[in-house]
Amino acid sequence: MTIQPASTPDILDTGHGNGKNRVPSALLADLENALVSVDRVMAVRIVRDSCVTGSPFMCLETLIVPALEEVGRRWETGEVALSQVYMSGRICEEIVDTMLPAGDPRRVDQPKMAIVVLEDHHTLGKRIVLSVLRAGGYEVTDYGYGVSVDQLVDQVTRDNVIILLISTLMLPAAIRSKEAITRIRKILPGTKIIVGGAPFIFDPLLWKEVGADAMGHAASETLELVRRMAAEVQR
Amino acid sequence: MTGSMTSMQRTLGTMGFKEPDQVPLFLLFTMHGARELGLSIHDYFSKPEYIVEGQMRLLKKFQGDCVNPFTYAAIEIVAWGGEVIFREDGPPNAGKPIITKNADIETIEVPSVEASPSLLSGLHTIELLKKRVGTNVPIMGSVISPFSLPVLQMGFEAYIELMYGEPDLFWKLMKKNEQFCVAWANAQIEAGATAIGCADPLASPDMTPTDLYRKTGFIVAQRTIARIRGGVATHLASARTLSRIDDLAKTGTVGVGVSAFDEIGAVKRAINGRMVLIGNLNGIEMRRWTPEIAEQKVKEAIAKAGRGGGFILSDNHGEIPWQVSDSVLFAISAAAKKWGRYPLNWVPDEG
Repeated sequence: MTIQPASTPDILDTGHGNGKNRVPSALLADLENALVSVDRVMAVRIVRDSCVTGSPFMCLETLIVPALEEVGRRWETGEVALSQVYMSGRICEEIVDTMLPAGDPRRVDQPKMAIVVLEDHHTLGKRIVLSVLRAGGYEVTDYGYGVSVDQLVDQVTRDNVIILLISTLMLPAAIRSKEAITRIRKILPGTKIIVGGAPFIFDPLLWKEVGADAMGHAASETLELVRRMAAEVQR
Repeated sequence: MTGSMTSMQRTLGTMGFKEPDQVPLFLLFTMHGARELGLSIHDYFSKPEYIVEGQMRLLKKFQGDCVNPFTYAAIEIVAWGGEVIFREDGPPNAGKPIITKNADIETIEVPSVEASPSLLSGLHTIELLKKRVGTNVPIMGSVISPFSLPVLQMGFEAYIELMYGEPDLFWKLMKKNEQFCVAWANAQIEAGATAIGCADPLASPDMTPTDLYRKTGFIVAQRTIARIRGGVATHLASARTLSRIDDLAKTGTVGVGVSAFDEIGAVKRAINGRMVLIGNLNGIEMRRWTPEIAEQKVKEAIAKAGRGGGFILSDNHGEIPWQVSDSVLFAISAAAKKWGRYPLNWVPDEG
């Protein structure tokens, strides 16, 4: 079942170039194929058989996150569909929740993060990002959907959120994120804000216009952004 | 639009893959009529008479080639017992899902068009528009495809999980949705709609993988379109079409709405005379266009897709956002006239 490009090396270094975390590329391709085929049983088996030793974080970083990132990359190039991205995230989230339950002390040493659908009732984008971040080992507070600017500012201030992710599908809601971001910055100038959703993809200048720190084209890209921002704020 | 043909003749000409006098321009306004009448979006949508007056003023003002009785997608959800959430600066959203657990699919009843005030209001709008435009201007009816409606009925996430995990219930829901969609579409045709725009974003390869689509949405679309007593144009609502063109052509649809992310020339070649191409101006980006950029975008689209007919210039979503200014819309209309006059001698042969 494994489909590998001829040029793929037998061992992939997923340890950010330091060579510490190495996983057979065939294993990674197997997991990726199981995910896009929405084969939960196979995905669980692959992770279970290959993560018997080492910490759960090692398994996340070397196998699960790279597989999800590859699924995300293939969505951006049009090779897989959003329904497959969603199901991949859900499967990985379930797997990771059994390895690293929410509230596990090993998840605690992270900046406070939250995600919201602002003034909008389309939740798929948020759900995908949430799944991918949780599958990446992050604890993320879900503020839900249809949240007003006032509610969001209150929640972010109350929780002292350090990394905030704002998802929108409708253009008016995306434009309104500017007000939310402006008000949050006045109260919590250090908070990093990532926006995402269709309006930001169709208008590549919109994320700058609303004052965000970054935009996530895809959930896997958002995971990388969060990883980088988390490292910055923890420095 | 001004020219030697009526808007209807122009549209039928291009649908017959002949070059009419000029490229037809479908400016698919929903909310802008409220601004013309000085009403809130909520109030504007409350009376068919307002919508008709708004459409007629917009037709005259921007010289497009169709009128659009469509108000908002959630109007269908109201018929199914759901709610609508209005906002001041954009289209209303559907409220909470009407299917909250998969078992609801077994018991949910298909609404009757005749017993649904929201749909009857839509039919009355079409009847009034028909009286105003006669056979000179196409009236675009609208439905949501049975395959895509569950996004509003039960939420995107629950629907994806249903498709993958509960095929029997999926098909029960499709059967009910097909019954509703066919009745709603045919009622619009009987009221005077020239054709039906069928919003089917889940038919896009961006949303549903090919193998799953062919086993689900493709079959649903074929069955549904075959029972609608008028032409149906499928719109993927901004999602990409290119790799699904062959499948879409086999559904029986006569037109396809194309994404701004599709290379429009490649789509035109892929269509190869099987469907009319509708699109693909980027409605979201349109908000920040200058008149000069608008002209350039119109010119590019016509250059790549205009030759030989089979092309209607429009936005890529099927709705012009509320935030798009009149100056840009005037520029689009003027550019369509300037660059869209057939024959397109200014377009290089390789187009």
